[in-house]
Amino acid sequence: MRGRAVVRPWGGRVSVRLDPRSVVVFVLLGLAAFAGVVANVGVGEYPIAPLDVIRALFGIESGDGNYGFIVNVLRLPRALVAVLVGAALAVSGAVLQGLTRNDLAAPDIVGVNAGAGLAAVTLIVAFPSVSAVFLPPAAFGGALVVAVLLYLLAWRGSSSPTRLVLIGVGLSAVATALTTFMITFGDIYQVSQALVWLTGSVYGRSWEQVLTLLPWLAVFMPLALLRFRHLNALGLGDEVATGLGARVELERGLLVLASVALAASAVATAGTIGFVGLMAPHIARKLVGPAHGGLLPVSAMTGGATVVLADLVGRTLFAPVEIPCGIVTAVVGAPFFLYLLYRTRKT
Amino acid sequence: MRVLRSRSALLVGLVGCSAVLFLCLLASVRFGAARIGTWDVILAFVDYGGSEDDLIIRTLRVPRALIAALVGSALAGAIMQGLTRNPLSDPGILGIEAGAALAVVGSVFLLGTSSLTTYALFAFAGAAIAAVVVYGLGTLGGGMNPMKLVVAGAALAALLSSLTTAVLIFNQRTLEEIRFWLAGSVAGRDLGLLLQVLPYVSVGLLLAFALSRQITALTLGEDVATGLGQRTAWVKFFSVVAVVLLAGSAVAIAGPIGFVGLVVPHVARFFVGVDYRWILPYSALLGAVLLVSADIAARVVLRPQELPVGIMTALVGAPFFIYLARERIKG
Repeated sequence: MRGRAVVRPWGGRVSVRLDPRSVVVFVLLGLAAFAGVVANVGVGEYPIAPLDVIRALFGIESGDGNYGFIVNVLRLPRALVAVLVGAALAVSGAVLQGLTRNDLAAPDIVGVNAGAGLAAVTLIVAFPSVSAVFLPPAAFGGALVVAVLLYLLAWRGSSSPTRLVLIGVGLSAVATALTTFMITFGDIYQVSQALVWLTGSVYGRSWEQVLTLLPWLAVFMPLALLRFRHLNALGLGDEVATGLGARVELERGLLVLASVALAASAVATAGTIGFVGLMAPHIARKLVGPAHGGLLPVSAMTGGATVVLADLVGRTLFAPVEIPCGIVTAVVGAPFFLYLLYRTRKT
Repeated sequence: MRVLRSRSALLVGLVGCSAVLFLCLLASVRFGAARIGTWDVILAFVDYGGSEDDLIIRTLRVPRALIAALVGSALAGAIMQGLTRNPLSDPGILGIEAGAALAVVGSVFLLGTSSLTTYALFAFAGAAIAAVVVYGLGTLGGGMNPMKLVVAGAALAALLSSLTTAVLIFNQRTLEEIRFWLAGSVAGRDLGLLLQVLPYVSVGLLLAFALSRQITALTLGEDVATGLGQRTAWVKFFSVVAVVLLAGSAVAIAGPIGFVGLVVPHVARFFVGVDYRWILPYSALLGAVLLVSADIAARVVLRPQELPVGIMTALVGAPFFIYLARERIKG
């Protein structure tokens, strides 16, 4: 096929077909994300030059002995959390959009985020004395409860994507309504805090959070990325997918599981950052087209780069006041997306 | 129950919905924070004595019930779902409510406005501007493209609601002032406000009903609609005008009420199938029923404390909707 490179490592037992455009875009976005991490780590009370940051990241001694500690212990985890959360949300959204064949599907819409939000806001507003340490597990629990309810309610001998989405919409509405109840009647000080959490922020995240998040991504990210072929098939409709040899129910179940787990772990770590799950896949689709082999990794990189750059902007724009990165993601990402929409208007 | 097929069954259903709406309106006048007996309610209409109870009935409860019905019928999800051919479209996700919310929050933050009438003005303006921008983005490069419209709307909604949240996080006074409005409510709206938006809603509804046949054709695809002799550009343009009038008025009176616009058209579709000539009137009636009954619940559940109706619509409507979605969607 023209424009495709086929790679056959291990003596041809595995073959991977690479679309050069996807690879180039992926690498460029990766560089952007890396630049975002370096800049993010360099900025702060104690500014560090980019070169020194890179040296410290790779463990090379430099002029100031403190650099290693500041970079690797204090600042790097925050930037890493931003990248990982962005990537997880983006892949989650891309998988859901592919499964449901709907451009508006995203973890926000099927209620996973709303469940996490409800649990976290309840904890903040109704139990202000409880330590913030319990926020991530509570949020994760909320997301999980909604996800389980969603699948139980949508399962009737088989799963239908339409039913899944609509029941998700219903569950999401209930969770959001209860959250709004808390926001409307809670103590104004706690409500402010809850709003920050609902917006999404990576403020003060440490290695502990990175290490809790990482196993989830390590399991479910490959699960999603490697099933791109089935996602392509499912996008053609259940009958076609069956005809192409996909075990429709099993594949769909696994993909939903991966999508929900990625969104839940991301939201538990950084709050309900909106926009990324919905829009990063669209940006990626504009860049590399709709086939999921290239789309999923590029979505992940888009999401990671968006959130880490958004966090950088949020930290520097009105320093020393920090804007939660959940606000900035849309402010940074939406104009870029609209520009892409404008550029590709001919097609 | 099955999808209603024959014309007469559909008409009977419509009459049934109207009857339910009427009963809901009566109940809405009967129940509220102040306990007023049924007989006194009737007396307030036939023999107006000017007592406190009569006053409550006539100046508070009747306008409120009517406003709830109007807002419910105006939430224009059905047209948008037909227009964009996407079952998840509604004024919320396509940025219209986000535009209204940002305009109102901005006006409170910058100008310190605090009356419901000015909120209404800003909300309508914000909603209209957002809708026009989304429509403009959707028509980039000639001819409105539903897919572009949908994703552009979602992007704009995210952008606008981020800005709203930014204001609310950094300005606690604005948050305190506006959080009840932002949850969506029909409390304290008087007859004057109702009369102000009534013309817009009426025109919007008439326009929607007039376009229902064309929208049905559009849902079959642009090519089919053109093949049937339709001038699709005009149909889409007038549909958007109807959406602006309806969603703008609804959000102007009651604030951003979610759920109704998205879900009611689906409920209507479960009963009447795919024909927008029936989906639109059913949606309007069912939306009114949902909002009026949610408003009753909002007043009665924690009496005398009142809940925003935007919360109750989801709590009242979602379980029923989930049940329907589970029963009705096969596959």
